[in-house]
Amino acid sequence: MKGSRIGAWIAVIVGASYFIIPLLGTLEFSLRMRRGVYSIDAYASVFTDPQFRATFGYSMLMALLTIVFGMLLVVPTAYWVRLRVPRMRPIVEFITLLPLVIPAIVIVFGYLRMYNSSSVLPLTGNAMGTNILLVFSYITLSLPYVYRAVDTAMRAIDVRVLTEAAESLGASWTTIMFKCIFPNVMSGVLSGAFITLAIVMGEFTMAALLNRPAFGPYLQLVGANKAYEPSALAVIAFTITWLSMGLLNLISGARRGAPAR
Amino acid sequence: MTAVSAPAASTAPLIKKDTVIDWLGMAPFIIFSLLFLIIPTLYLVTGAFFTPEGEFTFQNIADLFTPSIMSAYWISIKVSLASSLGGALIGFFLAWAVVLGGLPNWVRSTLLTFSGVASNFAGVPLAFAFLATLGRTGLVTIFLRGWFGFSLYGTGFNLLSFFGLTITYMYFQIPLMVLILTPALDGMKKEWREASEILGATNFQYWTMVAFPILWPSLLGTTLLLFANAFGAIATAYALTGSSLNIVPILLYAQIRGDVLHNPNLGYAIALGMIVITGVSNVLYLMLRMRAERWQK
Repeated sequence: MKGSRIGAWIAVIVGASYFIIPLLGTLEFSLRMRRGVYSIDAYASVFTDPQFRATFGYSMLMALLTIVFGMLLVVPTAYWVRLRVPRMRPIVEFITLLPLVIPAIVIVFGYLRMYNSSSVLPLTGNAMGTNILLVFSYITLSLPYVYRAVDTAMRAIDVRVLTEAAESLGASWTTIMFKCIFPNVMSGVLSGAFITLAIVMGEFTMAALLNRPAFGPYLQLVGANKAYEPSALAVIAFTITWLSMGLLNLISGARRGAPAR
Repeated sequence: MTAVSAPAASTAPLIKKDTVIDWLGMAPFIIFSLLFLIIPTLYLVTGAFFTPEGEFTFQNIADLFTPSIMSAYWISIKVSLASSLGGALIGFFLAWAVVLGGLPNWVRSTLLTFSGVASNFAGVPLAFAFLATLGRTGLVTIFLRGWFGFSLYGTGFNLLSFFGLTITYMYFQIPLMVLILTPALDGMKKEWREASEILGATNFQYWTMVAFPILWPSLLGTTLLLFANAFGAIATAYALTGSSLNIVPILLYAQIRGDVLHNPNLGYAIALGMIVITGVSNVLYLMLRMRAERWQK
């Protein structure tokens, strides 16, 4: 038994080094901008870059819109499947898994062909339409995670009883949806929101091919042209991922951390 | 699991049992997924079988088998295979260590939390992180040269290569394996081990004759999932190597940007090829997962 514990420690230490060394390397590199001493020059350079603020703000806004409209799409659907059309469950689950199967670059390729300026619905014809298309593409990308998070939260409540109780008290459909269902699946909504934030902030393919000034393409551009700023940006991006995933774990973590028996 | 929804039809209907309302409630989701997921994909899939003039043809599919496109698929498959096998192997040992290695509980929760984060740390920043670590002036490169006089790049190592891309991809592959495999290892019952020990099995026999036959669908299935995961990825590779490493997603990216193949419908065929490969690995994954779940009741 002793031997296996040593082996386990070795495995964990090797794995942990694989995770941690690149992060240390990035942090160290990002501090190297001034010759000979460590400084935060690279960060200063990043934060004073108007492009950084513009693209970061743009992606934040896109993430927010994705979360709002994604939830308005997913929560009522998950609710409806549980309440009225359980026979649709396998189909809905299959559809929500598709974005994991079809690569993002293929999906956006389809958008560019279907919604170009000479099509019936020329969304890519102007900036506003392309922004809408980008939000929709992000909703599609986050669908597998968001649907599962919401559906798991909904499993814990009895939607039928809640609905009947609300109806017998004379609640309207909007009241049921926003005052009964949404608050009760808040944990799922928040988990879905944080993973959406992490996905949208780092996303490159959709934004680059739809030609929108998002954070992902900006990162790529800086990476191709600057030396130290990319590392500073990677540290910032990792902090965002860490924050959103950390908050997600805080919400649903207690369950995942413990043995699932 | 679905106890809530199962008796739906038998209980008293809330409003008049009206299929129209049932479908009306599903309409937003169905319309959305048709417009922004299914039809765009089908558009490409059907486009792969037509000429730009609109005539039916298999020529685009046949053109996939030209050397330049085949080599892109081949590099993609190699990188995905290597990073999924490497990720699966290391991920398995990590999951084994935290589940069965007798480590303190904080190691397990830390590793799982970290895996949740790291499996989502992909894309452009990941490429930056590896450039800062294993690039020509990266931390590890300098460290090896300064302390051990070992020139990493003297050995022919290059981060902007097949091998470099593989170890970069493993950064998100390993955590994904840990996340999926940990519940599978949790499902290994103590009684199986005890029973095999009472019957006189050695540790090796337990693993080869009890544990592995139960675990292989999970192991193989998750490896396939990692494979598909790497196959569709583009951002990391693009930021790391520019367009110097000709993997399929980068070829498709260039084709979308500027029709480098001079045949838009050949681009559709490349997309179709990607869907087929990721689709087959995902279907196999789901089938293997169903098989694996037989033991986790």
